[in-house]
Formats: sequence, structure tokens, C-alpha cells
Amino acid sequence: MTKIPVTLTHNGAERAAFADPGQNLLDFIRRGLGDLSPKYGCGQGSCGACTVTIDGETRLACLTLAETVEGCDVRTAAGLGQGATLDPLQQAFMDHFAAQCGYCTPGMLVSARALLDRNPNPTREEVVEAISGNLCRCTGYDPIIDAILSLAGRKASA
Amino acid sequence: MTLHRGRGFAAINYPIGMNLGGDPSQALVHSNPDGKFTVALSAIDLGQGMKSVTRQIAAETLGVPIADVYVDTADSDTGPHDMGSFASRGTHRMGNAVIQASLEARAVMLEAAAEELEVDAGDLVTDGQGNIHVRGAPSRTITTMAAAQAAQFRQGRTIAGRGIFLVPLSEVDPETGEMSPVTTFAHAALVVEVEVDAETGEVEVLDIQSAYEVGRALNPGLVEQQLRGGAWMGMSHAAWETTEPYYPDRDHGPVDFDHYAMPGPGDLATHHISVLERPAEDGPYGGKGPGEMCANPVLPAVVNAIYDAVGVRIDDLPVTPEKVLRGIRANGGARPRQAL
Repeated sequence: MTKIPVTLTHNGAERAAFADPGQNLLDFIRRGLGDLSPKYGCGQGSCGACTVTIDGETRLACLTLAETVEGCDVRTAAGLGQGATLDPLQQAFMDHFAAQCGYCTPGMLVSARALLDRNPNPTREEVVEAISGNLCRCTGYDPIIDAILSLAGRKASA
Repeated sequence: MTLHRGRGFAAINYPIGMNLGGDPSQALVHSNPDGKFTVALSAIDLGQGMKSVTRQIAAETLGVPIADVYVDTADSDTGPHDMGSFASRGTHRMGNAVIQASLEARAVMLEAAAEELEVDAGDLVTDGQGNIHVRGAPSRTITTMAAAQAAQFRQGRTIAGRGIFLVPLSEVDPETGEMSPVTTFAHAALVVEVEVDAETGEVEVLDIQSAYEVGRALNPGLVEQQLRGGAWMGMSHAAWETTEPYYPDRDHGPVDFDHYAMPGPGDLATHHISVLERPAEDGPYGGKGPGEMCANPVLPAVVNAIYDAVGVRIDDLPVTPEKVLRGIRANGGARPRQAL
């Protein structure tokens, strides 16, 4: 099978790897780039666990063909924070007990970070809208919404 | 569109543990030469906080900083035996086993420290900050790390402890069926307010006011987290979720998340939680744990609230709009009990 070379920016770093024809971006990020932060939940775009941003827009990696991100800026939850220094959003999730089993958390973080970057002062309704594509089975959503809202009014991250 | 509001009440006494040929949990605790402790359990942490709460319990009992305790779970091949994470038994059963194991390990740690300090182990106390000193003489001190290293490299001691908490099998009386399957109960009561659309049959849960008695809340943040998420799941079981909407007919069952209905972040009820702390006599530091009880009472409260709102008594979950409408039709119209 012909391999397709894909060059992209992944969490700020230039990366290149081979994709298989028809390979989805989630599989490419996890196996090709070794970034396990996007999760495989349903594989059909219903749960949001694989949410990433492509050129600043939230996208479902499981429904995106890997070869289509050539030259794009792809960001995942693993790109939040710097080593032990957490993104304020990650800290807010900790402070508000916004994770239990944690499987939805990377997708939630990416959706929330994208919201805060384009709208640093969202209303509760806007937060709800932003995470409405991310299923959570443990928290009842309230702690997640509270965590995101606690950052409303703060300056967006770089 | 005619909207009717109603309130429903439910209370629950929830058993901790099960009568499964005995209900044992084991824990093993040992120190490494750096003075840090590993707690081995076979109970699973699937997000409910098993690791956090047993870590707290071990640190408290050993008398060392919480940062010096690591909890290793979930390898039932190599770990000590445990019945598992179910029956709301985790905090109570494993917590008690961790206390027993930690007490044994602490005694060895103090003996090792006593030998180094040339004092009697019975005169030693821990400060919870990683130091062991003579009671009333804080300058006669040794760190837990130095004690652990002395035990390992000079004294040839293993700072380790074994714990088991066993509730023996309760034989069932063949005449009466009587048995004592559990050792303790947790309790809750709640009031749910709903709004029912008498034309569409749709039910919206508006508000939950709850009071939970869980023994001592060993980690109040985790307790509230469980109660909040559990109530959401209870609301979802009451009015949304099912794999077999026309059971026993298997048709029309959902096959994926697009068709398996659950409340999303825009469908939440406000929830005011009161946690009553009444330490349990046989619980680890008084704890019992919320467990399954955080979801269960929401269901009858929602159903009672629907009855209050439109006079329809539904005993088949989930409460779908179809069931509500059929009930209203059978009654010849909505029969709201009292205006709130």
C-alpha cells in the first residue's frame, strides 16, 4: 500500500510521518506521532473524546483523513501546559474536580481551550454550546462547566 | 402547550457491601528505602477516588505525608485479594484493610526508629511531616527516610504490614430468609422538581435538593463529585436511558451514542447538596462512602414528581414522553395534584 507523507505542525513542533490511505487523523496522531492524548471513544463522531484543533478550529480526529492535515497546525490536549506547568484550564479542571475516569477529559480540554481562545469571556450558555459535542459519563457536566467559567474574563493563552 | 410542575420525594437506606460467601478485602503496605510507602490493593479506581481515599487513610495511619504514599491497584494477578469495586463497599472495606496494614507497618517503622534513637518504640510519635521523634522531646528525632534506610541496610527489617477486613458469610435462615448481609448503611433523602409538558409528554428535571449521610466525608471534594455526577446519572436513568425501549421487543434499541439518549450539558438540573457527617463506628476514620446510592434515589423522586405534576403513575423506566402521554390519555387529561 502506498504510504502518504504528511508534514504538519503538532503542538508547535514540526513533524513528518507516513499515513496510510484512508487512515483517520486520530489513528495517525496516536500511532504515527505517538501522542496518546486524543482518545478513541466511538469512532463515528458522536462522543468528542478525539477532539483536536486544526488551524484553531475544533475537529473530530476520528472523522478527519490524516492526509488532509498536510501543512496544518494540529493541537491536542498534550500540547496544553509545559511539562509540570499546567495550562490554567488544566489547573481549573483539577480545582473543580472536573474529571473522574478521565476518558473525556482531553477532548473537553481541547474544546474548552478553543472556546476561551476565541472568546475569553464566555457565558454559561456559550460554554455549554462549546462542550455539547463532548460526552461525559461521570461528572454530570456541572464541574466541567464551572471549571471553564472560572477562567472567564482571563486573558487567552498564547 | 400546558406545562405542569410537580415535586417528588424519595429516601434511601443503602447497604455497604454484600453477602457473597464472605466479603473480604486485603491490603499490603511496605516502605521503600527512601521512606516512601506503597499500598497494594486489588480494588479498582475507575474515577470514584479509590486511590485518593486509600492514600489519605494510609498516610493518616502511618503518620507520614500524603505525598510519601503511592497506591498501586488493579493487578489481580500480583496484588492481594479483593472482592472488588462494587456494592458501595470501597471506602469502607478497603479503607479498614488499609488501616490494619498501615498499623502493622507503622509499628515496624517505629521499632526501626527506636533502635536508631536508642529509645523505647512506645515513646515515639510521628509528626505527619516525615519525622519521628520522642514524645515531648522533639529534638530526639529521625526522619522516616533515615528509619527506612536503617531498617533496610543495618537492621534487616522489612517495614511492611498486612491488612484484611472480612465480613464473614451470613447464613440464610431457611425458614425466614433472614440474614445480615451488610454491616452498615448510608442514607439519603431528596426532593426533585420537574416540569411536564402535557401536550408532548416531555419531562424536564428542574431542580434537585438532596441530603446525604455518608459517615465522615473523608474527602469532601470527591464526595460532592460523586454525588453530583451520580445524580446526573440517576436523572438520566429516570427519563432518558434505555437499551430496550420496547422490551421485551428488541426493536428500536440504540446502537450508538447518536441514538442512546443522555442529558447533555444543556439539560442539567440545578442540584443543591447537603452532606451530613455522622462518623460510622466501624468505618475507616468514620467513612462509609456514597457509591451507588448517589444515583438510585433520583429515579423514584422523579417518578413521584411526575405523578405530582400530571397525575400519571409510571412504574416502567425510563419515563419516555410516550408513556407520559399514554398515561394522561388514560386519565382523560392531566390531573395536576396541587399548584405549588
